[in-house]
Amino acid sequence: MDYTLLFVQVINGVQLGLLLFLVASGLTLVFGILDFVNLAHGSIYMIGAFICASLTFYLGNFLLALLVALPLTGLVGYAIERFVARKLYEKDHLDHVLGTFGLILVLDTSAHLIWGPEGISVPLPLWLDGQVEIFEGAVIPTFRLLIIATGLGVAAGLVWLVNYTRLGMLIRAGASNRTMVSALGIDIKTLFALVFALGSMMAGLAGMLISPITEASIGMGGEIIITAFVVIIVGGIGSMKGAFIAAIIIGLIDTLGRAFLDSLFELVMSENAAETAAPAVSAMMIYILMAIILALRPQGLFPPKVR
Amino acid sequence: MKKLITATIAATLLASTALQAAEVKIGFVTTLTTGAAVIGKDQQNAVNLAIKHMGGKMGALDINLIFADDGFKPETGKQATDKLVKQDDVNFVAGYIWSHVLLASRKSVLDAGKFLISANAGPSPVAGKLCHENFFSSSWQNDQTPMAMGEVLNQKGVKSIYVIAPNYAAGKNMVAGVKRTFKGKIIGTDMTKWPSQLDFSAELAKAKASGAEGLFVFYPGKAGGAFMKQYQQAGLKATLPLYTTFTVDALSLPKFQAAKFNDVLGSQFTQQWDPTLDNEQNKRFVADFRKEYGTYPSFYAAQAYDAIFLIKSAVEAVKGDLKNMDGMRAAMKSANYPSVRGKYTYGNNHMPIQNFYLREVIAGADGAWTTKVVKTVYEGHQDPYAKDCAMK
Repeated sequence: MDYTLLFVQVINGVQLGLLLFLVASGLTLVFGILDFVNLAHGSIYMIGAFICASLTFYLGNFLLALLVALPLTGLVGYAIERFVARKLYEKDHLDHVLGTFGLILVLDTSAHLIWGPEGISVPLPLWLDGQVEIFEGAVIPTFRLLIIATGLGVAAGLVWLVNYTRLGMLIRAGASNRTMVSALGIDIKTLFALVFALGSMMAGLAGMLISPITEASIGMGGEIIITAFVVIIVGGIGSMKGAFIAAIIIGLIDTLGRAFLDSLFELVMSENAAETAAPAVSAMMIYILMAIILALRPQGLFPPKVR
Repeated sequence: MKKLITATIAATLLASTALQAAEVKIGFVTTLTTGAAVIGKDQQNAVNLAIKHMGGKMGALDINLIFADDGFKPETGKQATDKLVKQDDVNFVAGYIWSHVLLASRKSVLDAGKFLISANAGPSPVAGKLCHENFFSSSWQNDQTPMAMGEVLNQKGVKSIYVIAPNYAAGKNMVAGVKRTFKGKIIGTDMTKWPSQLDFSAELAKAKASGAEGLFVFYPGKAGGAFMKQYQQAGLKATLPLYTTFTVDALSLPKFQAAKFNDVLGSQFTQQWDPTLDNEQNKRFVADFRKEYGTYPSFYAAQAYDAIFLIKSAVEAVKGDLKNMDGMRAAMKSANYPSVRGKYTYGNNHMPIQNFYLREVIAGADGAWTTKVVKTVYEGHQDPYAKDCAMK
């Protein structure tokens, strides 16, 4: 067993998990508190990436662009809540799915019209573009460490926000009984709009962080939204803690599956068969996990206490 | 008065049928939505340029070109193909970037007795057991380009490589192709989920730990850009040199240049075409493409441009008699048209027998990043599946 490789792969898995958490946390907030199924969450992830990519060229610095793009993505989220989502809250989940599916088409086509079909490659500042050697042989790209740090920072910030602030208290109250909260004189509409914008900002942040690794491109949201749904189902819908732990588990399963499954399979079958079977099985593993969770514990690993 | 109106309507109807008969209908299936739309756009540009260069006519016939979107999905591509064949009743169906889309759509075209021209995809079945008299390729069979790369690796004296490719028809052909000619050891192979996986951290870490002397990858479209960046971010250039096919192209180079991603300069890959190839047709194509659209054409564009000229040669050989399938087939089989890659011939399976070159990324005379030919790897190379094809 090559422990250096195992260490590097675990870091890769955690990094993927934290990126998934950024997307899933917004999804679980909106789903858990607003009871709103937002398929277009992935499109907001894409919009965030495109805004940040354009600003990187305009401002000349990726991190500066990211800081400016975050509130802008929040504004886009707010506008979507105000003009599309708000009208759908009262309807049932199927209407949410139809409405937000339409929104995906609108946002994807808008991005196509504004930024063209080719996508944008995002340059990193030099100090982020290198690698860090944690110990002999374990070399990790610096930018991936930044993603890990950002993901952990956002997770800590969310815990603080939801558990220790007045806004967080209102969010929790609104989630358990929205009629009572509005009867007490709280403007529930504004509260919900804030939650939606916050969720959008986190999805946008994930998109901004992935774009220097891949690129800002049309349809990138569709690649992550399914996995994000798997994360919130495994973690328990509406649970921030569940989203965090499930995201890390799924990130690790996906990465370690891709990394080691073929060597495992080679113990019991020919090299050729293992090469073909391993990618197919590793692509299925997170769905197998979801199926097991749904069968044994349909409410998810950490369902929120209120509801 | 009534009679006059009837007569006018009848005359208009007659005229329109006459008009219909005086045109050649071509359906072109490519990707016009999703992130891969940039490839479709490039092919569309090339097709439109080809028609412009022909003055809108093939012989005496007008060209009626219908573009269709495959949405980067086999099922959508098949639907689009069915519509072209049944509803629009086209004479030729051309295009197809993706091997899995072509494999899903080929039967619709061939069963209807129409010509099918692949302007990119070259999966092994259509070259071998599923070869068909009405199928022609204006590109290559998937294995050919990586076979040329395997030969380059031998010439460079590389002893061992690690292989990473997407897990679909073309990815498997690419791996098979390089295995066919590379004489060293292939230490490991990773097939990744296609097209959704764009993060290759796990695979790159494995490749690095494997101790191979080189890394061979195939990632078309936006996955190629993503791979190149992650390869650079992982800092592997010094220890694990990269050898690619179809991963760096004229569509990704302007983006890399805008992002000042200088590591791409000097990277090498094999191909049957290059913008610097010295023939009249290619010079005119590249110069006018740049004038019209502002960028260098990609190989996708070059093959689409060739596909339209191949069709033109068939239509003109039968003097516009589109019912003469045998005549058109014989004309295309002779490959008697000016291809931008220069003269090539067709094998028994209607796949090109052609040269393959080693291309290298350079900054062009005007500063825009492009490629040049380093050397000719193969002359008159035929794909390995031709022997499985029953056609003579």
